[in-house]
Amino acid sequence: MKRSWLGRIWPGTLAVVLFVFFAFPVYWMFSTALKPTSQIISEDPVWFPDAPTLEHFRTAVNADHFWTLVRNSLTVTVLAVVFSLLIALLASFAIARMRFKGRRGFILAFMIAQMAPWEVMVIAIYMLVRDGDMLNSLVPLTLFYMVMVLPFTVLTLRGFVAAVPKELEESAMVDGCTRPQAFIKVIFPLLAPGLMATSLFGFITAWNEFPLVLILNKDAEAQTLPLWLSQFQTAFGDDWGATMAAASLFAIPILLLFLFLQRKAVGGLTAGAVKG
Amino acid sequence: MASTSVQTEKVDTGPPADGRTSAGPHSGPARGRHRLAGTAPYLLLLPAVAVTLLFLGYPLVKNGMLSFQNLNMRQLIQHATEWNGVDNYRETLTSDKFWQVVKRSVLFTAVNVILIMVLGTLIGLLLARLGNKMRTLLMFGLVLAWAMPIIAATTVYQWLFAQRFGVVNWVLDKLGWHSMADYDWTGSQFSTFFVVTLLIVWQSIPFVAINLYAATTTIPKELYEAASMDGAGVWKCFTSVTFPYLKPFLLATTFLEVIWVFKAFPQIFAINEGGPDRLTETLPVYAFVEGVGNQHYGMGAAISILTILILLGLTAYYLRIVLKQEKEEER
Repeated sequence: MKRSWLGRIWPGTLAVVLFVFFAFPVYWMFSTALKPTSQIISEDPVWFPDAPTLEHFRTAVNADHFWTLVRNSLTVTVLAVVFSLLIALLASFAIARMRFKGRRGFILAFMIAQMAPWEVMVIAIYMLVRDGDMLNSLVPLTLFYMVMVLPFTVLTLRGFVAAVPKELEESAMVDGCTRPQAFIKVIFPLLAPGLMATSLFGFITAWNEFPLVLILNKDAEAQTLPLWLSQFQTAFGDDWGATMAAASLFAIPILLLFLFLQRKAVGGLTAGAVKG
Repeated sequence: MASTSVQTEKVDTGPPADGRTSAGPHSGPARGRHRLAGTAPYLLLLPAVAVTLLFLGYPLVKNGMLSFQNLNMRQLIQHATEWNGVDNYRETLTSDKFWQVVKRSVLFTAVNVILIMVLGTLIGLLLARLGNKMRTLLMFGLVLAWAMPIIAATTVYQWLFAQRFGVVNWVLDKLGWHSMADYDWTGSQFSTFFVVTLLIVWQSIPFVAINLYAATTTIPKELYEAASMDGAGVWKCFTSVTFPYLKPFLLATTFLEVIWVFKAFPQIFAINEGGPDRLTETLPVYAFVEGVGNQHYGMGAAISILTILILLGLTAYYLRIVLKQEKEEER
């Protein structure tokens, strides 16, 4: 197809404009965090931090309990994602590969479970957790986050399982594998990109969760990073440098995970989609 | 992420040749396993269903029970149960405030989802047209926005739109809009919604755009060749090839976005706690403020049950389609 001169320049320009639109807030967060306060509170914005300082990061890291909260957040998030993946893998395999009575009902149930308004059920959850004497513990948080990400994980993994050619499994079974063996040896490795993609979503959801931990864990030592960040902002008021440093520290793990996993997940998609 | 396109194509179009019946009761390699094979799917689903019932179903039932109780701070502390029948519901359903919030929530969801879907689709199609370098650049920007944790993103937007030293006001001032130099974005309903919408759309477009791009790469080239041989232009190609092919994907994504936007809580709450004057409260924020903030827990529970029902109503169309398709597939 022949394209006009305009037709070739225009998409590229648009891409750059859109890139700036999407990347700028993230850039502004990091660059503010690195600027000395005098450059943050200036009548004209300083676009590049020419005298970068780690002072704001130091403030954030030295805030009370910071490292405890990092550990809490990581523990809760990782465990919730791993558990939900394990459980979802079984369920998605059943839904994607088997025909049985009530299959539709299960799919619909997971879709509806996805709508659960967790934010507004906090009181009911608070009472249950209180009556179980589990306030200020990471255990209920882990379990609730696991269920929070489960429906999406099941429904998404189901697509990945369905995308693996059934013939692979069948030929393994002809070669003498049992069904579970065929699954572990043949299908599971092919699902790796799908598992990565879905775990990303789970990770983000759990890492972000905020209303539930706000109600359940009042002890400073039992809280997680989103709560810390929201309180940090109130506590530090107009100290935008420290606030942006705190936001950066909170965002960095996800950004790294995303940039690392994104490509693999898309690669996995195209591999699976060729068949579709 | 990338998965959704695969998922939806599989789920919603249900390739008829894909008779995934190997697990049927008569296909196991060994006959002795018939009975086991029959229960296998249920056993596999058991853990997922069990934890969902325990940690979602149980609180939901509890929430439903609370909605029929007069439950405030005193009752909560004293572990007292005071039933008050449908009072919470009656009070909620007859209050003008509630219906205002419902209208606002639906409008808010509609505006956001339309913006997200239209712009996300356009950017996804743009990704497909770009060269490798430009595509990588734009993808990188999209992934950055996508990966920003919500609370961090909200904090950054507060800084971008800060009344003093916020970069947005500075730019508007320099562009000649001098009255905006010290503009207070959270001072009015419209401007607060503007910031919240920008934030949500900014964070949600990447999901749609990247998935849509990934889905377009799976469209067989022959379809386009055939279309262009028939003399189809860009627009005709889109309406006769791209759109029909992507329709299941677009439907599924719209469904997800409706849920996510309707339930959006931290963004609205963190920007201005539903203010000014409670004018930017959407249903989840309203339920939270009434229930937790004002300590009318029973009321909050009733509002949350109504919220679920409204969300079900908004998504009923899609759920029905899924139900119908799965039924056909099962035949």
